[in-house]
Amino acid sequence: MAFEYAPAPESRAVVDIAPSYGLFIDGEFVESSGGGLDKTVSPATEEVLAEYTRATAEDVDRAVRAARKAFEKWSALPGSERAKYLFRIARIIQERSRELAVLETLDNGKPIKETRDADLPLVAAHFVYYAGWADKLEHAGFGPDPKPLGVAGQVIPWNFPLLMLAWKIAPALAAGNTVVLKPAETTPLSALFFADICRQAGLPKGVVNILTGDGSTGAALVAHDGIDKVAFTGSTAVGKQIARTVAGTRKKLTLELGGKGANIVFDDAPIDQAVEGIVNGIFFNQGQVCCAGSRLLVQESVQDELLDALKRRMSTLRVGDPLDKNTDVGAINSAEQLARITELADSGTAEGAERWAPSCELPSQGYWFAPTLFTNVTQAHRIAREEIFGPVLSVLTFRTPAEAVAKANNSQYGLSAGIWTEKGSRMLAVADKLRAGVVWANTFNKFDPTSPFGGFKESGFGREGGRHGLEAYLDV
Amino acid sequence: MADVTASDGTLRRFLHGLPGVDPVGLEARAAALGTRSIKTTAKAYAIDLAISMIDLTTLEGADTPGKVRALCAKALNPDPTDRTTPRTAAICVYPDMVATAAESLAGSDVKVASVATAFPAGRAALPVKLADTADAVAAGADEIDMVIDRGAFLAGRYLDVFEEIKAVKDACRRPDGSAARLKVIFETGELSTYDNIRRASWLGMLAGADFIKTSTGKVAVNATPANTLLMLEAVRDFRAATGVQVGVKPAGGIRTTKDAIKFLVLVNETVGEEWLTNQWFRFGASSLLNDLLMQRQKLSTGRYSGPDYVTVD
Repeated sequence: MAFEYAPAPESRAVVDIAPSYGLFIDGEFVESSGGGLDKTVSPATEEVLAEYTRATAEDVDRAVRAARKAFEKWSALPGSERAKYLFRIARIIQERSRELAVLETLDNGKPIKETRDADLPLVAAHFVYYAGWADKLEHAGFGPDPKPLGVAGQVIPWNFPLLMLAWKIAPALAAGNTVVLKPAETTPLSALFFADICRQAGLPKGVVNILTGDGSTGAALVAHDGIDKVAFTGSTAVGKQIARTVAGTRKKLTLELGGKGANIVFDDAPIDQAVEGIVNGIFFNQGQVCCAGSRLLVQESVQDELLDALKRRMSTLRVGDPLDKNTDVGAINSAEQLARITELADSGTAEGAERWAPSCELPSQGYWFAPTLFTNVTQAHRIAREEIFGPVLSVLTFRTPAEAVAKANNSQYGLSAGIWTEKGSRMLAVADKLRAGVVWANTFNKFDPTSPFGGFKESGFGREGGRHGLEAYLDV
Repeated sequence: MADVTASDGTLRRFLHGLPGVDPVGLEARAAALGTRSIKTTAKAYAIDLAISMIDLTTLEGADTPGKVRALCAKALNPDPTDRTTPRTAAICVYPDMVATAAESLAGSDVKVASVATAFPAGRAALPVKLADTADAVAAGADEIDMVIDRGAFLAGRYLDVFEEIKAVKDACRRPDGSAARLKVIFETGELSTYDNIRRASWLGMLAGADFIKTSTGKVAVNATPANTLLMLEAVRDFRAATGVQVGVKPAGGIRTTKDAIKFLVLVNETVGEEWLTNQWFRFGASSLLNDLLMQRQKLSTGRYSGPDYVTVD
């Protein structure tokens, strides 16, 4: 008899989702000036979770005015007072973390294991970290009395809805800015719950405004005259549009865009841990991670051994109900994203790469894609160059460290990279040559609020996290 | 793989050529598997499996025939209120208690395991260790739990350790040609690094270990999820390389049902079903059994009982 894990679903009863949501402007949920309602669904079941408001240009204007009005008092508060609010928000997030984890899993499709053990702890940690900076800005290395910028317009993606919100809002508020934030259209709910947390924390009205909506809402926000700073995380295509919009204005811009991270495994790597790192690098959050290790560069001399181990490990991945505490791989966020992954994976087959996936039964409802591996991939294949943003790993090989570096850097992107070796000197030498914003050594996809994060080349510019993350929100 | 052990040099090159272990990654993987949620039917299965894998152990200077007989009775009938409870795999005692245990367990499928080779320190001359082993086998031991010479291992004298294990393996033979199964204890807490634990695992398996075992239970750090995971990876890789299956026995410090289930998850997701039997996986434990029994009663009755509803031996 086999050891079959019985279903272990996290309870949905801990979260109370309203049938419909307005916009959070000036400390209150209000109706739109005329925008319609959209539905947000659970990607795992296609069940409608709630309706939310599509904010119009007029709503954007209202929110920006509210933020502008709030800016005067908020920026004049002593840093220690702003810190109190941020610490309070962090505490409330910790207290409500189970509820928020379930909510995020429902709206996004990612496994509860990840929202519970990664997203939510990191969200709280980010607020705690930047709360600590709020009264120490003069020691941050940006001059004796650095000033905030004003109103920040922030547009965030659907892959880590609440975590990306935290990355944007925590440093902005700590530095004394006020914000208007637009969550992604497929994952608006955790941002709306965050609005409620701001009320619960007694945050002054207008300091945080949340506008749900689609691409047109985001476009109206970044184009609005009244904002001083634009921060965007998302696709490179949209990032380029935003850069064009903002060009020639006073607005400061940071962009965190796509990636095609190389995970480099040398023949002296700790193989078992490298396999874990590869799996974590590409199947964490269904591979819908901008810094995913989506290109595996393996030294030819260990290729067979490593791929055997990787396939064996992939066969143990548990794909299914994201609310089940034993699920490793959840649902793809949307039908649109699933179509994009499917199209790119099919191009891999068409261009001659060898496709492999473990046998796993996918649910009939919802958006699903099995963890997939491509071997015999070359630099010329689309799946080696384009960001797939899904659970699809392209395996390439190399012979020497120089070739590994050359192939890793041969990408339009430069967000993340990984190095696996037991030899410290090689680790340092290779890390030094990689043109990527984050280089992990003998680990992958590890995040910490103290560590700056950001890209080279078409992966964007500006840094989030750490002391560096303050710079984007200070007039320096 | 015979050429590997041809000389101290070849053995050293082989052991030091094994892939290194990244401690952070290993411990993270073990911890991640520890978050598996094992409920209802899966829990019932795991509890019975864990009971059937216990080497119920008493290794005290104060052990008496009476104490050993009581433990044997417990192994045969762990829960007097529920006869469907599985028996433990074995009783584990010092060599001088083997005859008593063998007599108490005669005719049952519960094995008699004996520690040997100057357990737990292993600080004795080879002839003494071999006599210790032979004595236990002659008294009726089905299994021998030997300790390696950690001093020799840490000094880099791998071939000495290898030869000693082989000699003990020979001493496990009975006159009729059969042999006691040999468990090789590394005392992982004294080997200290994961690289050493991986090397010791291969060394033990190359020398003919039927089981590799973490520890004696007599030092500060005994079985941990990480060192057990590492040893499971070693037996998996050894079988892939040689076709020979070797068992794993974490021992010491596993006291609760929750802990035991975490180890079973490690087995399930690292080496799989083929190791999920007491032929290939054991727990060296004493207090664990009662916690498993209390959890088993809770599952079948829906109520928590208490320590007075299981036997204290």
